[in-house]
Amino acid sequence: MRVLGIETSCDETAVAVVEDGRKILANLISSQAHLHEKFGGVVPEVASRAHLESINPLITMAMVEAGMWVADIDAVAVTVGPGLVGALLVGIAAAKAVAVALSVPFIGINHLEGHIYANVLTNGPIDEPYVCFLVSGGHTMLVHVPEPHLYELLGQTLDDAAGEAFDKVARFIGLGFPGGPALDRLAQTGDPEAIRFPRAAIDRGYDFSLSGLKTAVVRYVRDERAHVREPAPEDIAASFQEAVVEVQVTKTLAAAADKGVRTIVLGGGVVANSRLRSLMAKGAEERGFELLIPPPELCTDNGAMIASAGYYRLQRGERTELDVGASPGLPLQAPTSERDPA
Amino acid sequence: MLVLGIETSTSQTTVALGSEQGIIAATVLSTGKMNHEVVMPNITHLLRWAEVPISSIGGVAVGLGPGLFTGMRVGITTAKTLAQILHVPIAGLASLDVVAFSVRYSRRLICAALDAKRGELFYAFYRPVPGGITRQTDFDVGSPSRLTAELEARPEDVLLVGNAGLVYRRELEEAGKHVEFASAAYSFPAATALVELAIPRFMREDFDRVYDLKPYYVRKSDAEIAWDKRRRTG
Repeated sequence: MRVLGIETSCDETAVAVVEDGRKILANLISSQAHLHEKFGGVVPEVASRAHLESINPLITMAMVEAGMWVADIDAVAVTVGPGLVGALLVGIAAAKAVAVALSVPFIGINHLEGHIYANVLTNGPIDEPYVCFLVSGGHTMLVHVPEPHLYELLGQTLDDAAGEAFDKVARFIGLGFPGGPALDRLAQTGDPEAIRFPRAAIDRGYDFSLSGLKTAVVRYVRDERAHVREPAPEDIAASFQEAVVEVQVTKTLAAAADKGVRTIVLGGGVVANSRLRSLMAKGAEERGFELLIPPPELCTDNGAMIASAGYYRLQRGERTELDVGASPGLPLQAPTSERDPA
Repeated sequence: MLVLGIETSTSQTTVALGSEQGIIAATVLSTGKMNHEVVMPNITHLLRWAEVPISSIGGVAVGLGPGLFTGMRVGITTAKTLAQILHVPIAGLASLDVVAFSVRYSRRLICAALDAKRGELFYAFYRPVPGGITRQTDFDVGSPSRLTAELEARPEDVLLVGNAGLVYRRELEEAGKHVEFASAAYSFPAATALVELAIPRFMREDFDRVYDLKPYYVRKSDAEIAWDKRRRTG
């Protein structure tokens, strides 16, 4: 079964074709980062305009890449939330049109579930139960997954998402937008122990908080400058990143132990962060957990992960009604489809 | 030739199916529910009621605004993708043209004006000609007082049509007695008029390229407006 996956929840227009939930036949992404750069962040209206212009050529290019005709598409999966309403609606409209024009099943997918299924593309179906740490530009959450498609929220960020905090600190120390990857690169040349930033919300169960840490970074730089010292940006980057990642790893390992699972799954754009990957791998190995991490190119937003999640839901007989709209704040636990009574 | 018309640039969603012989079926929906997006269900209902298989659609016509950004994008993306997948031609028409076309039998100058939200309206002036209308001005966006001043300055009788005439009636009336307001029935760009207007274009094979078609935004995004302002003053 060849599923067309469409994802337009933020600033990447993404179209993919995945066969049987695992085999990527095409996975194309048109990034708009250059359009948002001058604004220092994603501008919803600019994103929506770019999606409208990119989505149709991208569908054609995906067919070329996959070496197939549109008529060979067996089903369509699309992100219905969470994300930017105007941006999501472009992908949803295109996906419905493909499904109706071809008379094939249509399914709406939660973007966050998509990030989990990035692992399925690489490793095949994940054996439940597991604990998943989802971390991206808009989300930081720990989830327990006792059975397929059942999500139990353990904790989440109380303020900034990790990706957001990375971007803000990156901007503060003079790196461009998007700052996360740039900060990661810079941190590799710095000393993570140079500055001891606070380990935020380490005592607050499975919730996360990063606004205090962000403020600590700003205060540190101001204090240094007040003493006519120019702090090394690479040390700030490395030390800040260490403070963020250490808390994330500690909480994820604790949640996995708490829930008595054997497997830890990571998902989301920030999982591309090299320090998170290495510290989590080290922690999981020491504590005897199996760790699943998608390759960096599948961590960021893409259509293949949506197609994969769509495939497995379709296999359960699930479908989404054609009147579905965009759900900007869609929780991971919320249903996006129904079992077909037929 | 069977043409599917899609018009979503106002708070009204409307789709129609027609040919050279006239309109076969149409739907109009003005109530929008949060989290629901009804363009495609309207199209599937229309096809089912008309007992027309989707494969018999020979062309797709779509309203390009100017209008409400998010709504326009849903209709235009739906139209473009249907045309792309069904391998049929597409024609994009300005929604203000569609509004003016509906009152083409007037002898007067026509001002089509649609609510642009945020205290502004989109508008353009048209002159009726045999068989239709011709647009006299570019699409513009501005405050009701700006349009009122423009109307005031026009020496001839004007027929004002479009939902901006409902929303900003009191302000626009100040332009003077030479401005008549068309009835509310013509306030929204109708998919039926869109189909009627598009059929001659399909006949002479005056199609648009699917990849190139985009809305008439007329107004920049807020972020771009702020950015331009910073650059000018900075």
